[in-house]
Amino acid sequence: MQHKVIDTKDVVIRFAGDSGDGMQLTGSLFADMSAIFGNGLSTFPDYPAEIRAPHGTVSGVSGFQVHIGSEQVTTPGDFCDLLVAMNPAALKANAKWLKRTAMVLVDADTFDEEGLKRAGLGEDPITELHIEDRTIIVAPITTLTTESLKDSGLDKKTVEKCKNMFTLGMACYIYNRPMEYIFQYLERKFGKKKPELVEPNKKVLKDGFNYAANIQAIANTYSIEPANQPKGLYRNITGNQATAWGLLAAAEKANLPLFCGSYPITPATGILEELALHKSLGAKTVQAEDEIAGVCTAIGAAFAGSLAVTTTSGPGLSLKSEALGLAVMTELPLVVVDVQRAGPSTGIPTKTEQTDLNQALYGRNGECPMVVMAAHSPADCFDAAFYASKIALEHMTPVLLLTEGFLGNGSEPWLIPSMKNYPKIVPPFAQPNTEYKPFQRDPETLARRWAVPGMAGCEHRVGGLEKTHAGTISSDPANHALMVSEREEKVRRVANYIPELKVDGADSGKLLLVGWGGTYGHLLSAVQEARAEGLEVSFAHFDYIKPLPRNTEEVFGKFEKILVCELNSGQFVNYLRGEMPKFKYEQFNKVQGQPFLVQEIVGAIKENL
Amino acid sequence: MPRYTFKEFKSDQEVRWCPGCGDHGILAALQRALPDVTEALGYSKERYVVVSGIGCSSRLPYYMNTYGFHSIHGRATAIATGIKVANPDLTVWQATGDGDALAIGGNHFIHAVRRNVDINIILFNNQIYGLTKGQYSPTSRFGAISKTSPYGTVEHPFNPGSLVLGAKGTFFARSLDSELKLNSEIMLAAAKHDGCSVMEMLVNCVIFNDGTHKLISDREFRADRTIVLRHGEKMIFGKNRDKGLVLDGMGLRVVTIGENGVTEDDILVHDAHSDNVGIHMMLADMKYPDFPVALGVIRNVQDVTYDDGVRDQVNDQKAKSKIQCVDDLLRSGSTWEVK
Repeated sequence: MQHKVIDTKDVVIRFAGDSGDGMQLTGSLFADMSAIFGNGLSTFPDYPAEIRAPHGTVSGVSGFQVHIGSEQVTTPGDFCDLLVAMNPAALKANAKWLKRTAMVLVDADTFDEEGLKRAGLGEDPITELHIEDRTIIVAPITTLTTESLKDSGLDKKTVEKCKNMFTLGMACYIYNRPMEYIFQYLERKFGKKKPELVEPNKKVLKDGFNYAANIQAIANTYSIEPANQPKGLYRNITGNQATAWGLLAAAEKANLPLFCGSYPITPATGILEELALHKSLGAKTVQAEDEIAGVCTAIGAAFAGSLAVTTTSGPGLSLKSEALGLAVMTELPLVVVDVQRAGPSTGIPTKTEQTDLNQALYGRNGECPMVVMAAHSPADCFDAAFYASKIALEHMTPVLLLTEGFLGNGSEPWLIPSMKNYPKIVPPFAQPNTEYKPFQRDPETLARRWAVPGMAGCEHRVGGLEKTHAGTISSDPANHALMVSEREEKVRRVANYIPELKVDGADSGKLLLVGWGGTYGHLLSAVQEARAEGLEVSFAHFDYIKPLPRNTEEVFGKFEKILVCELNSGQFVNYLRGEMPKFKYEQFNKVQGQPFLVQEIVGAIKENL
Repeated sequence: MPRYTFKEFKSDQEVRWCPGCGDHGILAALQRALPDVTEALGYSKERYVVVSGIGCSSRLPYYMNTYGFHSIHGRATAIATGIKVANPDLTVWQATGDGDALAIGGNHFIHAVRRNVDINIILFNNQIYGLTKGQYSPTSRFGAISKTSPYGTVEHPFNPGSLVLGAKGTFFARSLDSELKLNSEIMLAAAKHDGCSVMEMLVNCVIFNDGTHKLISDREFRADRTIVLRHGEKMIFGKNRDKGLVLDGMGLRVVTIGENGVTEDDILVHDAHSDNVGIHMMLADMKYPDFPVALGVIRNVQDVTYDDGVRDQVNDQKAKSKIQCVDDLLRSGSTWEVK
């Protein structure tokens, strides 16, 4: 057979196995290696809520999808070119994500009677799953790994854990990846603590690579050239890590200590974990006794003069609602990060959704406005968290930043910024020993001045009760009406300090595609594909939801129809309908706990043209 | 630093508690204690923060001329924790009630005690919900009649002392609303104590639960039905100072000095600093009529505080870590250069 190396623009690889098979690690290593190689990259971990679900069952399948390209990559990809299935359940769960031309790599050793039964498959899974026309590579991966390590002296369990390195080696062959990065990783990870594992893992990786080269079953291998990226220093970053770092960056620019009070919750926990690492930058973290204590310790810290943060996901945000009302009433700076997941209630904790928008906008008693923002990619979480903090501190308001499980756990390469290019953050501090009225407002922003305990002569009381500008409790009807309107107006005026809405494509026409948050990459890919097919469509994506960018009405006014796509039943489109009723809105929604597919959006564009 | 008087700690707000309410006494004791605290510890007035939740007692911050935070129901402890951890140089006081601290805020309360956050919690225990006009509370005695228990409660009350000591609390004191001098003394001891200090104040609700503590608080028999514990002093009580506590097997027993051969030498000496929580638990649990109710500082031991722990780790990492600014952080770990 003639072996060919085919240059290709992009490929999507999905690693799938039991939740204990190390697929998340395998996928991340492949991604990091490709990032360093210089490819455009986007990843999507798709894993079950159970740490170790029943062995070999479909519900226990853990997947990690990597999309690499020779140009910029904006989504983890709809369908895959290569599926690595470590057992029958992984094959069954992922067969529907195969491209027509896809290659499937399976571990033959797991396709015995028992394995098939656990996955609920019959004797002939290939026919049963209708994938006869794909290239199926059946390799006895467990046997080969065992054989490779027979002289290593490692026990059976440890040997079997090296299976993922064998498949990674095969994937490296298929996609012409240099393996040095993985060697370095293995040395870093095991070099000091378990040096006996370094060489066996390297050996299995190389044996996997050589096996793939020798079996003659793989007709072609693929080469994905490095993307033509701006020069500079890069790193790979997940959304949760970027969020944590953005908060640290804001604290530095404001010259304030960072305080984070949080309770662990999937998929937001990574932010608290990341902040807990960086005490050297002055970050204090409190793992509170519950979600309510998380936000309340943060409110206390805000009162005491910190950049205060609480991080959570949907159910946790519900628990924080009353306290968020207190933050609105006391007009303290507070950043709340909600890494959204599929709800309602416990829902599907590890799956992504955009269903907390209504809760963010309206989920509190009384007239209770706060700034609501959204991040649009894993790396963008850095800027989103930075500017959420800047707004909170300079406008004396809670800011709710919505990210998504898809962003929090997903990663992409990031051109590392320099802090000198970020603006200063200047909170409106009161002056000691001057007359201080707690709710006297700045005429421009309507922000109150911030007097923190320790500041002499500014002693005052705040709280949940309605007050006058002077800080005296008041149930006077006119005063209440005034304070309600000022709190709302303060949030509206934030629009004067945020970027205008940008349009990708023509700034007028028949159809404007609109999205917010983590769907950005999919929507952008979809409009690019639609335009490649000759369709005329423009695209506007919202990072700021309350208040909306000040030119929103102007932008919408130039299009016949606005098509709003979101991963919920229409929460943003209904908000837009309320804010700007005069436009014609269409909506495209998906509530499956999964990101959009680019093809779905392209279909929706066609239907609306 | 100037010597403050109670006047400097009084705010210009009108005190709106009912006439005869026990809360007035606690406020007066606090305003009188803080000048002493200031003198003893060198705090200036702007470093005081008084935090509260919701309920009658939670109005207290408005009456103090200090930084204050009147928060939401049950959450004062969490907010106070945040304030203290964010800035350990502040001295944080919390006013809370039996409903606020032990029902809706029970979780925060036990965790603040467990963590030993250096805050001073004044727990106003009137065994009733006053602000909502007379429903039973988690400290109402079994069978208590109230608007929501017209046929009597069918639930056991919490004893705040057992709760605090069960959570390995480092400081617990108890007193009566009318004991102005003792209360200021307890507050000074609480301020000096590094860690979570819980002061249970048995207060009377003149409107909805009048006389709830009467059996022990009445002037007529207070001396016989309560015992004021002071570290290093004999556990002696009674109008005639002739009664005392001794250990009897696994428990405590009340004895009369001069009867059955008992002398003053047999009476226990209070050791509030003992690590052994057993004897403190027995003292906190004493109930009338079998025992006198224990007042004063029952437990006062040293342990690391949470806020110091958090601060120390930050300082430690600042000294040790290679990451000294965000630019360092952004460039740490695995990176690559595109040329």
